[in-house]
Amino acid sequence: MSKDYAVLPSGDRAFTVRFGDKIDPAVNDRVASLAESLARKPIDGVIEFVPTYAALLVIISPERLSLKRAISAVSRRVKRLSDSSSLTANSSSTVELPVCYGGKYGEDIQFVADHAGLTTDEVIRVHTEPVYRVYMLGFMPGFPYLGGLDERIETPRLETPRAVIPAGSVGIGGKQTGVYPLASPGGWRLIGRTPVKLYDSARANPVLLKAGDFVKFKPVAAEEFIRMGGEA
Amino acid sequence: MPDFEIITPGPMSTVQDMGRTGCLAAGFCPNGVMDRYNAILANALAGNAEPNVPNNVDMKNIPASPALIEMTMQGVTGRFTSDTTFAVTGADMPCTLNDEPISAYKTQTAKAGGVLSVGYAKTGCRGYLAFYGGIDVPLVMGSRSTHVKCGIGGYNGRKLMRGDTLRIGASYKSDLGNASVAPLVYDKLFRVCEGPQFTRFGKLEIAQFLSSEYMVSPQSDRMGVRLDGALINCEGGSDIISDGICAGAIQISSSGQPMMLLADRQTVGGYAKPFVVIEADLPKAGQLRPGDTLRFAAVTPRKARMIMMEDMIHVSGSVRRVEDAITHSYRIMGWRLRTR
Repeated sequence: MSKDYAVLPSGDRAFTVRFGDKIDPAVNDRVASLAESLARKPIDGVIEFVPTYAALLVIISPERLSLKRAISAVSRRVKRLSDSSSLTANSSSTVELPVCYGGKYGEDIQFVADHAGLTTDEVIRVHTEPVYRVYMLGFMPGFPYLGGLDERIETPRLETPRAVIPAGSVGIGGKQTGVYPLASPGGWRLIGRTPVKLYDSARANPVLLKAGDFVKFKPVAAEEFIRMGGEA
Repeated sequence: MPDFEIITPGPMSTVQDMGRTGCLAAGFCPNGVMDRYNAILANALAGNAEPNVPNNVDMKNIPASPALIEMTMQGVTGRFTSDTTFAVTGADMPCTLNDEPISAYKTQTAKAGGVLSVGYAKTGCRGYLAFYGGIDVPLVMGSRSTHVKCGIGGYNGRKLMRGDTLRIGASYKSDLGNASVAPLVYDKLFRVCEGPQFTRFGKLEIAQFLSSEYMVSPQSDRMGVRLDGALINCEGGSDIISDGICAGAIQISSSGQPMMLLADRQTVGGYAKPFVVIEADLPKAGQLRPGDTLRFAAVTPRKARMIMMEDMIHVSGSVRRVEDAITHSYRIMGWRLRTR
């Protein structure tokens, strides 16, 4: 079998294992399973890795492990994973996120509805239907890049980003949907808010999601949102 | 415990340490000091030698490095509430203690009530002020570094302001003497190795990048250094499917402008990266100020490793007493000092 991945250089203490050149669940599965394998059974000298859509960046300590040896070690791992039957990361979980849609929690839901030619109830139905894949985390701690947004509710970003978007905000930006783990400036159209904290420094593991997980949104009423700890 | 009360904070002073390790996958950029060599020296001179840790330990289990203040262009003025040992390194910022000039790169001790003033940088960009015992702020993801954009870590997740009171982790140590080391001198040549999208750029573009002089744009900060100069064209556009970004990555924007990504960078990004600055040259980037000019040169990873070894020996210098601290700092970076 010809090699179905590529190792790309990334400076003097890192390399990138690339499994494909498109955003595709099967490709992302391979990234997630390699990341999981490195987390479960660390290679001495590999100090960090960054799973993304189609590639894994591996950072090493060159003093403990030469780049050449690190590449062979990780390549062997990739081969073993390809040979085994299961390509999917075993530890991926599906996280249900309750969301209070519309009103003051999702100021732009009417705009999204008008843009799509749907009612706001239909926007909520379309947005809560899919099981979204967490392709990767980035942009800020715990921010999930979700795949699977129904193209009917794709909506262009705001022309002028808001100065502050509250933590927990659920938004749509172009072809993507996501949740802001922390208050931040942002240009996405806000359709709702979740009371669940995607980032919470008080937790043993402050970041709720990981690459390879799945997210399902569930609509909740404002009273329930507040009861679950959401801001009134 | 002694405190350091901020009287004037300077434009961008933050609490930093050697940064976060092991959480890039969660979307955490590493943060941490921009100029590791000078931070190592400041901590060493302030007496922050950590207990020896065994080799080959998991990085996550190495105790965090002592936190210090990183000052940008203009230093801080502050008051010590009790006797405190400290040291200043980095950019050439004139220092006074109770209006008397004092030397940087030297172990200093202030009496209770003493006022330290760190001035405007004559050269360089970032100064480091370390205290014996380090700055006592909570650990977030294993580090005391400030992530200003996200309001996490450091002193209340933000840059320092007038009236802030920093708790120092230990009290005055009388047996430190007054060690000093020679200031580090940085050239402005940045050695680079190939990055993940190297092959997307034509020979001419690569040659153009490596032979051009670039100027540091005023739109530079802890996230990255934006470079004005020759634009680099990427065949088929510089947009890629977002991938991981390591420290020192040179990304080429849609307009062709190169940017060197540093401590507060995003962990993933969608622009092509033809090169990555070698680890040994990253501290120099922390001293670049707007208007500085710099050049790049390509090296192999093997050569980069040799340069790193030479730098370690240079930074460790000849000051025996500060050696433990320097050794520990390198361990946090994943390197082991083998001299002596």
